[in-house]
Amino acid sequence: MSEHSLAHHDEHHVDMDVVDVFGFWIYILTDLILFASLFAGFAVLHGNTFGGPSIKQITSLPYVLVETLFLLASSVTYGFAMLASYGGKKNQVGAWLIITFFLGLSFVAMEINEFVHLVMEGHSWQVSGTLTSFFALVGTHGLHVSFGLLWMIVMIVQVFKFGLKKEVTRRLTYLGLFWHFLDIVWIFVFTIVYLMGAV
Amino acid sequence: MSQQYDAATKYGTGRKSVKSYMWGLGLSLLFTGLAFAVTMHSIFTNTAAIYISLAVLAFSQFVAQVVCFLRMNATPEGRWNLFPFLFTIIVAAVLIGGSIWIMVNLNYNMM
Repeated sequence: MSEHSLAHHDEHHVDMDVVDVFGFWIYILTDLILFASLFAGFAVLHGNTFGGPSIKQITSLPYVLVETLFLLASSVTYGFAMLASYGGKKNQVGAWLIITFFLGLSFVAMEINEFVHLVMEGHSWQVSGTLTSFFALVGTHGLHVSFGLLWMIVMIVQVFKFGLKKEVTRRLTYLGLFWHFLDIVWIFVFTIVYLMGAV
Repeated sequence: MSQQYDAATKYGTGRKSVKSYMWGLGLSLLFTGLAFAVTMHSIFTNTAAIYISLAVLAFSQFVAQVVCFLRMNATPEGRWNLFPFLFTIIVAAVLIGGSIWIMVNLNYNMM
């Protein structure tokens, strides 16, 4: 990417990889703007309960803490998958990815359970501005994690089928950026939506 | 050096290590635990103090994860990732800060 690295890698396709990963990073940053917009919406609307419940009345902090720990753990286990890929240990990479998948799945399952309960109790997104912005923000994050899980299934299959070829390692790097990014966004979701909502 | 090792170091995201992940995990657990404790056990009686400590804890955890998990760094290669990232944070700050500013003003004037 810099002149320094170009001097070291004269093969064209190798440098294209670096550019591709940089391009994916730019995508992540545009996604950050999407979340910033949703956070702005939540910041503006979070108090407009319109006679409905406030965030504090419908959320449970211990429940959110468990969700948070699942996602944090999955971020770390994904890192272990990346570390194993540097060593070329295919089965280890696959095993860590499967563990990451189930940790991520637990997170999504807990969130879906929370949403279903809220809607069943009559606290759907149609009730008030508060709930609209709540479902939009938390739901968009959950949707991202869900797509990350689909992607992870694809990568698990690729790792076992193709081994740790250069293309597969590059794709693992993309998913790693995406996965860590989602955990970072979640820091702000649990702090701003759940914790500050419960103050 | 193996090809995998090369690929790992080249992307400008910094080399990941068990140590960096353990640091990231430890710090994240600490900041998350403190944030929930501050809210659930009403350590502070002052509401402003709770908000400020939550903001500080979230920002600390954000930095910890960006450095330890994403391996953001200021090396010549890492800067390619770092500067667009900082720019995006400025855009996000303008977006969120500006929205709140305008809407609070509107609210005030519509009273």
